[in-house]
Amino acid sequence: MKQGLLRERIYFFIFKISAVLGISILLVTLVLLFNSGHSVISWTFLTSHWQHQNITKGGIFPAILGSLYLGLGVMVISFTLGISTAIFFSEYNKNNLVKRILQLTIRNLAGVPSVVYGLFGLAVFVNFFSFGTSLLSAMLTLSIMTLPWVIVATIEAFSAVPQKFRESSLALGADQWQTIRRVVFPIAIPASITGGILGVARAMGETAPIIIVGATFYLSSLPSSIFDKFMALPYHIFILATQHSSPFATSYAAGSALVLIALTFLLSLGSIIIRYHLRSKKDW
Amino acid sequence: MTLIKKQKRFSGYAPYFIFGTTAVLTVGILIGIFAFLFIIGIQAFSSIGFAEFFLNSDWNPNSFHTPSWGIISMVVGTLIVSLLSLIFAVPFGLAIAIYLAEIASPKIREILKPIIEMIASIPSVVLGFLGLLFLAPLVAKVFTLSNGLNALTASLLVAIASLPTIASISEDALSDVSSKFREASLALGATKWVTIKKIVIPAASSGLMAAIMLGLGRIIGETMIVLMVAGNTRAFPQSFLDSVRPMTANIAIEIKEVVTHSLHWQALFAIGLILFVITFIINFAADYFINKNKL
Amino acid sequence: MNKIYVVGGIIIIVAIIGVIFLGNNTKAPKNQKESLTIKGSDTEVQLVSALAEAFSKENPGIDISVTGGGSGVGIASLINKEIDVANSSRKIEDSEISKAKENNIDVQQFILAIDGLSIIANPNNKIEKLSVDQISKIYKGEIKNWKDVGGTDKKIVLYGRQSTSGTYTFFRNFVVKDDYSPEMKNMEGSQAIVDAVKSDESAIGYVGVGYVKDDQGNVRNDIKILPVIGANDNAISPLDKEAVQRGEYPIMRQIFQYLAYLPNKDSIMDKFIRFETSEAGQKIIEKSGFYTLTNSDIQQNESLFEKIK
Repeated sequence: MKQGLLRERIYFFIFKISAVLGISILLVTLVLLFNSGHSVISWTFLTSHWQHQNITKGGIFPAILGSLYLGLGVMVISFTLGISTAIFFSEYNKNNLVKRILQLTIRNLAGVPSVVYGLFGLAVFVNFFSFGTSLLSAMLTLSIMTLPWVIVATIEAFSAVPQKFRESSLALGADQWQTIRRVVFPIAIPASITGGILGVARAMGETAPIIIVGATFYLSSLPSSIFDKFMALPYHIFILATQHSSPFATSYAAGSALVLIALTFLLSLGSIIIRYHLRSKKDW
Repeated sequence: MTLIKKQKRFSGYAPYFIFGTTAVLTVGILIGIFAFLFIIGIQAFSSIGFAEFFLNSDWNPNSFHTPSWGIISMVVGTLIVSLLSLIFAVPFGLAIAIYLAEIASPKIREILKPIIEMIASIPSVVLGFLGLLFLAPLVAKVFTLSNGLNALTASLLVAIASLPTIASISEDALSDVSSKFREASLALGATKWVTIKKIVIPAASSGLMAAIMLGLGRIIGETMIVLMVAGNTRAFPQSFLDSVRPMTANIAIEIKEVVTHSLHWQALFAIGLILFVITFIINFAADYFINKNKL
Repeated sequence: MNKIYVVGGIIIIVAIIGVIFLGNNTKAPKNQKESLTIKGSDTEVQLVSALAEAFSKENPGIDISVTGGGSGVGIASLINKEIDVANSSRKIEDSEISKAKENNIDVQQFILAIDGLSIIANPNNKIEKLSVDQISKIYKGEIKNWKDVGGTDKKIVLYGRQSTSGTYTFFRNFVVKDDYSPEMKNMEGSQAIVDAVKSDESAIGYVGVGYVKDDQGNVRNDIKILPVIGANDNAISPLDKEAVQRGEYPIMRQIFQYLAYLPNKDSIMDKFIRFETSEAGQKIIEKSGFYTLTNSDIQQNESLFEKIK
């Protein structure tokens, strides 16, 4: 018996250490980045245009703006498409076969490697639709990548609405669309959006698809339409880390990485906290 | 009277149609991805030949002499990195999951689980950057190599990237095991660890398998990390300390230099097709495991 | 009910057509627009970005974008009708020119600068100099240890570029004259090669001469730039400006820009390449570490300018 207890203690210790190690990975990452990059962060860094010849005088504003534009576009496109699909799945569809097909589709879309999305975006948006290597092509490609996350989050949110709400509404004479529109949707939408934002944050950190579909290294002006070229943070970090010759390039890469992580973490953490809050406020 | 009836039915069918269309579009996108990859990739197969593609270990489309189109070295590269990453990530992830689900108090769990999931928010280009800067020189020092750009360095980082997926889904699977099982076991006199080892884990096994499968999918699809730290040599890798060039990195590198519709372009889509099929099979397996014990 | 399906179907079809139409319209002839898209050589990307930046300061309101990826990327994009100017550190091949012609692209060649392709090694390596033949054998994989060529006793680790790179192609066709050893590590860009050689004592690498200097134009001291033994048995360094311009350095090359069309006089493309040949432009070229053109190169460019008049 004592032996069993000792063994248990050892195993549990190992498991605990693993969890601690896991968290320390996150901390180490942040510390390393901060170390290399904090000297570079300043108001100028965040708001001025990229100076190529003398990178210490310029900033990464175009890359930040590009990433924000991308995030916005992805949100609009993937939310529209994703929420509609999810509504169909959870409210309108009664067919089991259709359900399985949709589940399979969603899971597979979530598993496709980001390079393959890049290939698809290249073939379809850049070439076939002739959008070229533009903001639009990148937005569309990244939206398709984010689609599964939005759908899953929305389905979860809609399923969480108790069935009795729907039934009472129908009993009072509303039809299905009115029920969805006025009862289910308002309740479910916050959870769905926060879940979707997690997906958008992930998309903003992706590099491989935008390498293939379109970010640029140097841009003399900010993009003014979705058909323009753009800079983006992940691509900028990649270039600074592998191709820029200034001795400051490494610290600038680290600084840009800090900004990117700040952005994605803010979005992710924010939505996780809001979601947690919503869950605890539920009174049914 | 008829007017009101018509209005009700109208609002009944239009939303169904609109939402249904978007659902069809979503499925259509998945099919579209496969279709584009297939149509373009198949042309590469017919020009290059299955034997050359699948049995040759040298990929050299821009060769000084005759181009060669063998993907074996790349496939092995993907395999080595995937295997190593699994070896690191699965025990690590399971240990974390067990801790969170069985040992930690609910309060700690509420805090720790999101933190572990935040690791997934670290963009892979940042992991690759830190790998270049810190991990590669470390690996070089430890193994007395001249540089650290090899499969091992890449696998460590890819394991970190896939850790949250494996840990989180495993934790869900373990938590889903009904507490009745645990209580019965403890009531019979078993220790907590024995309960976990012999009751909870086997009960959650299909969910755990699904977690591993999904983590594997993430690992195979990882591009940026391998692009930056795996070394990118054409040679057939012979040990985990060799440089490798997985399929994902190869596509990302070469896709920009190909002329649209050229053979090289088609060949890259063929590789993409293979990747798609692999992840499809893995997802199918994950799906099977998830639904296996569902009644 | 049937009406709804028809209406819905028409809306979707109209939307798709509209979107494609919009897309095609924005690919209007680029001659007359106030924007310039430049893509290609990684060797040239820093230089051309610097030039574009200086040019934009004097000509505000003009959109110039510069991207790297390698000469192969630039030329492929040129052929694909995606860009205005391709930076290329290798000469365009005849097959590529004809492919471009098939797409109605009449490629014009502009010589940008001279590059002395530099062979670099780690400062701790005892090696002093190399001949072209030795370099070729090293990159073929036939010479495997530094001590066989006068360096420290270490297995040689090869660093090179990706196949997208003009430097990769030029070096292979001109120096190695065979396929690279499969052991060569294909790095993402010239800077990646420099970074690798800096920290790997067994390393050898090849980069454009612009990359062996820092952004102030001073020679880097964290890598060793190897003189190459030339025709008259003298070891010549790529940093020797006169030797390079006299043509004595064995591995020198012109680096190019390929235009997708003959620009109209005073169009943005015309103004930009004139800026590159101006005194301000030449200063930037020198500061970036490259060499200015020889007289025969300048004459070749003159014939291009003649065509524009």
